[in-house]
Amino acid sequence: MERQNKNESTVLKWVLIIIAAVFLFIMVIMPLGMVVAGSFAKGLKYYIASITDKYTLKALLLTLRATIASVICTSVFGLIAAWAVTRYSFPGKKIIKSIIDIPVTISPVICGMIFLLLFGRQGLIYPILNKIGIDVIFAVPGIIIVTVFVTLPMVFREIVPVLEARGTEEEEAAAMMGASGWTIFTRITFPSIKWPFIYGMILSASRAMGEFGAVSVISGHLRGLTNTLPLHVEMLFNEFNTTEAFAVSSVLVILSIALLILRLVLQYISKKKIQKIQEVTD
Amino acid sequence: MESISSKKIIPGLRLTFGITVAILGLLVILPLSYIVIYTLKLSPGEFFEVIFTKRVLTSFWISISTALIATLINTVMGIIIAFVIVRYEFPGKKLMDGLIEIPFALPTAVAGISLTALYRENGVLGRFFHHFGIPVAYSRFGIVIALTFVSIPYVVRSVQPVLQNIDPSIEEAASSMGASRFRTFSKVIFPEIAPAVFSGAALAFGRCLGEYGSVVFIAGNMPFKTEILPLIIMSKLQEFSYSEASAIAFVMLIISFLILMISNIVASHNIRIKGGVS
Repeated sequence: MERQNKNESTVLKWVLIIIAAVFLFIMVIMPLGMVVAGSFAKGLKYYIASITDKYTLKALLLTLRATIASVICTSVFGLIAAWAVTRYSFPGKKIIKSIIDIPVTISPVICGMIFLLLFGRQGLIYPILNKIGIDVIFAVPGIIIVTVFVTLPMVFREIVPVLEARGTEEEEAAAMMGASGWTIFTRITFPSIKWPFIYGMILSASRAMGEFGAVSVISGHLRGLTNTLPLHVEMLFNEFNTTEAFAVSSVLVILSIALLILRLVLQYISKKKIQKIQEVTD
Repeated sequence: MESISSKKIIPGLRLTFGITVAILGLLVILPLSYIVIYTLKLSPGEFFEVIFTKRVLTSFWISISTALIATLINTVMGIIIAFVIVRYEFPGKKLMDGLIEIPFALPTAVAGISLTALYRENGVLGRFFHHFGIPVAYSRFGIVIALTFVSIPYVVRSVQPVLQNIDPSIEEAASSMGASRFRTFSKVIFPEIAPAVFSGAALAFGRCLGEYGSVVFIAGNMPFKTEILPLIIMSKLQEFSYSEASAIAFVMLIISFLILMISNIVASHNIRIKGGVS
């Protein structure tokens, strides 16, 4: 009876593993393989020519600019907002937390659209911007603002759970002994959230780099001017330049997988750290 | 009482609170309020006229039905994958765990063109389905495929930690008392992971409803056939019908807030039950 049970469970084990593996093979590995196969469909020379194309490089540059701006903004905002939300108690905290989550919960198209309405010709701010001579919509500033918007909560979301779990005793003790806010932050708070902070930065970089829907609404698709890499991919694909589209995609795939590996390594490191702390306290 | 007064000891409340509220006000609340402003430009009659046109209603139906199917697929597959990764040892397990993250890491436009190339008539997988006369790309089936791809990680990642915390000895006890595998799963494991499954599925559904980048390529965007909600908003914006786009976005926002609320209620309900036990 027992042996039969065991046989049955080994069979079940392998059936389940094969179901999971086949599903992931078809849904994840094949699309990745398609990018590689598509990139090299016309040979290595064509591939290199496509990724070093003038417009591709310009798109890459714009993508990097938007990504750097996003990482900086989510970091600064995340640290300040997380400090405010977790170190003090005040009414309306839950509301603030849900408002911070809005950019990642609503559709990317709506994210782009609200800035189109705000800065567009019919918006309130348009006459002022027009006078100063700044274009936001269908221009680089719009792309950067929208990318910053969709990644705004990334760092906040990663560090808040850690700060909440840790409590405020240490900071209170330091404050009672007369430490300034800045000293408390740099000496006590920040060291404890260093890893989730970096993790959040990587997440925001990866989202900013690949953002498509929101940027698409606001960009106007001007080649060499307001095209980010994902928008450039779309343009090439719609022009039936499939091989070039995949070649440019491969750049994005390499960047995003590099960020993913970095994230997994970080996860591994912080897990080890937690285990060490637990061993010490045990 | 003491903790409230002592929390005021830490300096910087006014500064950090002020900056947080100012940024949120300028970057989130102000832009978002424009959806309400533009929607209110329409009279109630006009609002309903926009929402209840056949084209918009059809795209509501397409969005919700394809999102539901994709969520359902990923709920079942998510439970299986999480179970396999947590409970079994096999070669390639770490790789499988890493692969789950790909849909989050990959830019949606890249996923979109790649799936389209795979599933169109002459694509590697499209050819197979074409053989049986089933079109995938440029049909609702294609939308389901794209939505399934982008929402793979949600259920897996929410179920995994819960499953890790279930003591395998409980299952062993159940099966040694003669419970079948299926019974053990449905009576012992599933009740434990159900709230995590639900909240993962709710997140996946929300993501699917709003998804644009991966769908736009594979859907073909034919009104009444494969036009999902974000696409209809996009085409209204290109026609400069901002108020109509806002009205549709407004309804979408309400739907996604409802999903969020329901999943929060389920989560807090579950915490209360668990808190009561301990």
